[in-house]
This record gives sequence, C-alpha cells and structure tokens, in this order.
Amino acid sequence: MTKTITDVICPFCGTLCDDLEVVVSDDGKHLLEVYNSCVIGTEKFLHSQAKDRITRPRLRQDDGSWKEISYDEAVEYSAQMLAKAKKPMMFGWSSTNCEAQSVGNEIAEISKACCDNTAATCHGTSLIAVQDIGLPSCTLGEIKNRADRIIFWGCNPAHAHPRHMSRYSIFPRGFFTGKGQMSRKLIVVDPRVTDTAKMADVHLQVEQGKDYELLDALRVAFKGEWLPDVVAGIPSEKIREAADLMKSGRFGIIFFGMGVTQSLGKNHNIDEAIAVTKDLNEYTKFSIMPMRGHYNVTGSGEVFAWQFGFPYSVDLTRGFARYNPGDTSTIDLLIRGELDAMFTIGSDPGAHFPISAVKPIANMPSVCVDPHLTPTSGVSKLHVPVAFNGVECGGNCYRMDNVPIDCRKVVEPPEGMLTDEQFLIKVRDRLKQLKGVA
Amino acid sequence: MTNTINLNLISGRSIQQGVAIEGGKEKPLYRTAAGIIEMDVSDFKKLGAWKSSNVRVTSKHGSVIVKAVETTQGPHPGIGFIPMGPWANAIIDPNTYSTGMPTFKGVPVTVEIAMNEPVLLGIELVQKLCGVKVS
Repeated sequence: MTKTITDVICPFCGTLCDDLEVVVSDDGKHLLEVYNSCVIGTEKFLHSQAKDRITRPRLRQDDGSWKEISYDEAVEYSAQMLAKAKKPMMFGWSSTNCEAQSVGNEIAEISKACCDNTAATCHGTSLIAVQDIGLPSCTLGEIKNRADRIIFWGCNPAHAHPRHMSRYSIFPRGFFTGKGQMSRKLIVVDPRVTDTAKMADVHLQVEQGKDYELLDALRVAFKGEWLPDVVAGIPSEKIREAADLMKSGRFGIIFFGMGVTQSLGKNHNIDEAIAVTKDLNEYTKFSIMPMRGHYNVTGSGEVFAWQFGFPYSVDLTRGFARYNPGDTSTIDLLIRGELDAMFTIGSDPGAHFPISAVKPIANMPSVCVDPHLTPTSGVSKLHVPVAFNGVECGGNCYRMDNVPIDCRKVVEPPEGMLTDEQFLIKVRDRLKQLKGVA
Repeated sequence: MTNTINLNLISGRSIQQGVAIEGGKEKPLYRTAAGIIEMDVSDFKKLGAWKSSNVRVTSKHGSVIVKAVETTQGPHPGIGFIPMGPWANAIIDPNTYSTGMPTFKGVPVTVEIAMNEPVLLGIELVQKLCGVKVS
C-alpha cells in the first residue's frame, strides 16, 4: 500500500506552493509520485530518489580524486577551516530552512566570518532600493482576491515561477476578482517576447537596459505631461495607453525580476519602480513585490536582518555586523582576493557567479554542503551531501511576500545522512571547542 | 574569413534550465538546457549559421562555446539569450558597480561559427576554467 501526503510545500521557487500531493511507499522510505506541482518542483522531489546520489562526504585528494570520509571527519575539516581562516565567507542559505540559517549565523559570529545569501545574484539591488525609499507591498493572497492590474516587469513567471500565475496573479477567481483572468489586465515589460508576454494585454518590448527611462516616462504619462515620440524603444502613445490602464484599475501590483535588478542602473531601476508605485497610489491602490527566486531566499534575508540587522552582505570580521554592498558583498570580496576560506551551503555559486569570482574558490580551503553534484562541489575541497530540505526534512521558509510557511518532511533520507541543521550544529559545537567559547 | 555578428547578451531562467538543475548538473541534459544561445532568425541569417550549430561567444570577459538555437521567445533581433549557468557566466560582466550584483544582462558579445568545437558539460567547463585537477 502507498500513502498520499497532502498539503505538501514545494521547495523550489519563492512562490512556495502549498497544495502538492506526494505519494510515498508504505514504509515512508521511497517517494513515488508528485501531483499538482510544476515540472521543476516535480523534478526536485523525484531527484531525491536518484540511485546515483552521493550519500557520504568526500574530500578532494592531491591527484584530483575524491576520498569518501565520515561526517565526523567532514565536521572536523569544516571547523578547522573556519577556526584558522582570517576572513572566511559563509555563502548561500537560500535553499535551506530558517533553523539551519540561524545555526549558521552562530558559526559566522564565532568565526568572525562574512555571510551572504543568494540575493547577491538576484534581488540584492532590490534590498538596497527598499532601504533607499521603502516598499509599499502586500501579500499574494491580497493579489489573488483584489488585484485587477498585474504588471510583470523584467520577469518571466511562465518559466521561473511556473504556478505563480495560476495560483495568485492571473487565473484564480478571488473574492473581488470573480471572473479570474477576465477581471484582470496584464502588462508585461520585457525586451523579449517571453511566454509571459504572449499572454499580456499590453507588452512593452523595452530596449534592453532602458527600464529606468521607461519607468520615468510612465511617471510623466500619469501626469499627462509632454513625452518624446519614442522612449526606450516604445512609442509614446503605447506608454500613455499602459499608463491609463494602470491608473484605471482598482488594485494593481508590479512584480519585478532580474530584468531590472541585473541590468545597468540596478538599484536605481527599482528606486524608480517604487516611485511609480507611489505615484499610482494618488489615483488608485498599487503595490510592488520582488519575484524572489530560491524558495527560502526571503527567509535568509529575514534571519540575517533579525539577527544582524542587515538582509545580506554582512561582514562580522570586526566582531560586529557591518553592511556595505560593493565592499562586503561576496562577489566583490572574491574578485578582490580578500577571502581565505569559502563555506557554501544551499546554493551554487560555481554555476551562478561570474567565472572570475569562481576561480578564487578553487584555490582556497572550501566546503560545499549540497545534496547535488554541482559546479561548486566540483571546485570545492570538501563536498558534504545532506538531506533534501523540504523533502527529507521540514523547517521554516518564507514565501516571496514574507509569509512564513513550514515545509514538510515527506520521505526519509538515505540511512545515515544528516540534514543541513544537524551538520551545522556539529560544526558549531566543534568550532566552539577550538575557539574556547563556552 | 569567418563571419561574426555583434549581439547584446542577456542571461536568465528558462524552465528547461530549471528542470535540468534539479535533475542533476552533472548530466548532459543541463548542457542541452543551458549550454545554448537563443538567437533571432534575422541574426542567424546575418551570421550565416545553420540552426543548432556550435558557436563561439566572446565578450571582454571571456569566451565560451555554446549551441546556437532559434529563439522561441522572439522576435528579439540584436539580443542573444544564454540561460543562467556556467556557460553564460564564463562571459558576463562581473562588475558590480558597488552593489554586490554582477551585470548579468546587457553584455556586448561577438558570435562566430565554431562548428567543430565541443560544448563542454557544466561542471567540466567550470573545472577547466578554474584549472581544477580532475582524475
């Protein structure tokens, strides 16, 4: 007999879908089937069952081969590395639960490390903008029930957050949006005709990197002032059409993604998007929300902010928390050669950092805590496989709208494997001994 | 004389890339999903390349071999799209302009046909560029 577990949380993207159904074997050791999730979420659940999965830590030898070691030896290597390093980096955190993040922060404090999360390559610049001028936001539930003007700016949820549109933003029938898609107008701003843009009522095919200009033009259009014939590749009539559509709604939301955070202008693009939201509130109700990528990158920002006062790019090397993106941010520190040890958990900088920031990782003591084989494990000295968070262990996670949701354990990890939190607790306790901390 | 074209490179998520990273980054499927450059039909004509042929994409910051495929999310003449991953990150602009965020989008690149050069697997590419000894 098999068992079906309902209301399972999907640990892939920031949408954190909470309606999955997972079929497991009677003894709870094998995951057999996943229902309701998107294709990426399904793959994540099913990959935990891969036969070729690495289940024990491995240390890289001088000849380039791997030697299997015990978890205790891996704990010793990690603790010694952090104890000896002058400026270690503890990076990642976005694919693990808040409990593990909190233990990681204790380790960072004891070893006077820098710590950072994957906002470094997704919404770090959004966080700077939020600190600049604030963020009028709301929850996804409010959007489902109220929003009739949806703007996707520089994001492509059809690919990156596959169920976002069906659960919250476009298709669901909410309390005040009873006709579902028919009661909403969709505006997409993207330099490509993305699969999201193909569904839009208005697609503004902005010239790549000219988001700031277009946002500024919208603010002019709201006030009905003069505009040049073409701004950022868009004719002024089309900009006015979009501006009127936004103003005429009862409740609007701007979702923004990597198109604005990673293009030139960076945090200033988001400053302007928030200013657009503020302007729109003179005519109707409008909110803005970043489309967070990893399922718990928001939680990592929350835990950092709660424990250190800053959401990412935290430097504890002086014994207290400092925050200065560009100075204390991982990629800049790596490229400037300021770090002497790298501890990666719940992320893959090897695949997602520019290569000039990956090369230094290959040349320093490094630990990669990740259930998968990744480019990061491929360049690190020690690879520690752990249980899949959200599949083989539970824990608290934050959705993209800052709503905390507890993930559920649905299946047992392979015998003898530790979770992120269990491994970190062992490292913390050993580090305390090495540092003589009570 | 090999024909080259200039494109504006952006990188980002595609659903195929998302499935491949969860399925295992050591697998060839990851290369199929992210070791590609999506180009507009008009740019294929300018380059004089067959669809699905290997090309070398070069920026100020590096050079990488990927497979050129026709975009499904176009038209976007003048823009090249490499899904996020080691292939894109071999050539994107690492400058963060004091924000901590590299410039993943809007990198000027040149594309030339490299019919006989192989597209490396993801982990293999990073190890090679980092000079990691593998046995």
